[in-house]
Amino acid sequence: MNKFQIILKGIFKENPTFVLLLGMCPTLATTTSAINGMSMGLATMAVLILSNITISAIARFIPDKVRIPSYIVVIATFVTLLQLLMQAYVPAIYETLGLFIPLIVVNCIILGRAEAFANKNGILDSACDGLGIGLGFTLALTLLGVVRELLGSGCLFGFRLIPADYSILAFVLAPGAFIVLAYLLVLFKKISK
Amino acid sequence: MEFIFIIISAIFVNNILLSQFLGICPFLGVSNKLSTAVGMSGAVCFVITLATVVTFLLNKLLILFQITYLQTIVFILVIAALVQMVEIVLKKISPSLYRALGIFLPLITTNCAVLGVALNVVTKEFSFFGGQPHLFNLAEATVYAFATSLGYGLAMILFAGLREHLSMNQIPAAFRGVPIALITAGLLALAFMGFSGMVY
Repeated sequence: MNKFQIILKGIFKENPTFVLLLGMCPTLATTTSAINGMSMGLATMAVLILSNITISAIARFIPDKVRIPSYIVVIATFVTLLQLLMQAYVPAIYETLGLFIPLIVVNCIILGRAEAFANKNGILDSACDGLGIGLGFTLALTLLGVVRELLGSGCLFGFRLIPADYSILAFVLAPGAFIVLAYLLVLFKKISK
Repeated sequence: MEFIFIIISAIFVNNILLSQFLGICPFLGVSNKLSTAVGMSGAVCFVITLATVVTFLLNKLLILFQITYLQTIVFILVIAALVQMVEIVLKKISPSLYRALGIFLPLITTNCAVLGVALNVVTKEFSFFGGQPHLFNLAEATVYAFATSLGYGLAMILFAGLREHLSMNQIPAAFRGVPIALITAGLLALAFMGFSGMVY
């Protein structure tokens, strides 16, 4: 399989949100607007690529029994780095995403890719896999954010399209997250058929 | 009195599943049957309370040595060790529950509810009933963690009950499985929104 196919597979055939249904917590919690969804996706993608590269490089030195804790330490290290960097350079986004930045550690997508792909493939392939899955996740979160922001606050990336009186607040709040994701899943299922 | 506010707020107003979105994976994964949902809630309840107490005390040490930036790494390792311990104990005490929980037991490690509550308790300032915002002390943290996990159990069991009924109904093919479950969860979240404003 060439590099391009690996990337494409992550976006469509194995889309982490719409097909594998992994990493639901940040998907539902941070997509109150398109920008928030996109920044969460990009933050996760950064950690995913770095952890995939590191794990594929060191996988053969790790004894099989302690591999999961080792992966978690690798992932947690990158998350801490990202956390400190975001705090320093993009404090506004860091504030909005809040708890969900440290919670990237327990995002099942990252541990899942380490276990399913990175520990048995080369460094370059693993980086491509991280990029593909990361892009798939970012696209899904942005799409969810776009729909929720448009319906819930009448804006798109912060620009107002619908007058404030006609927006449905529930879509920005918790129930909207579940319902919009459900309809997007159905749409994705229909289209991919 | 403050404890009552903490409990009501954690169970109903800021329900961990339906308004904070922590721990959604097992919420969707093991809620097919009421019995597994009950078992999972019990396991999560135990791990959340235990992990919060342990990490809360450890955090004092981290502050003492001025290495709070290691919070994430230290906490996740402690939680992973605790889950392993619970797994060993459960295997001995109740093998049937151990088999029923299957893959989801080790997955409690990566259940963001556990790490989320542990981090929330040591970083977020809470204020109840117009009081001064303050960080929790140990007693408040323990009560908060236990109440939060009760809220987790409540939402989980309600949802499992609903899903058991759903499985007997005619549902359009495209909605079968996860989509209809998500819509049900959305309606449940809508119902829980009715509690907001009860306690701040």
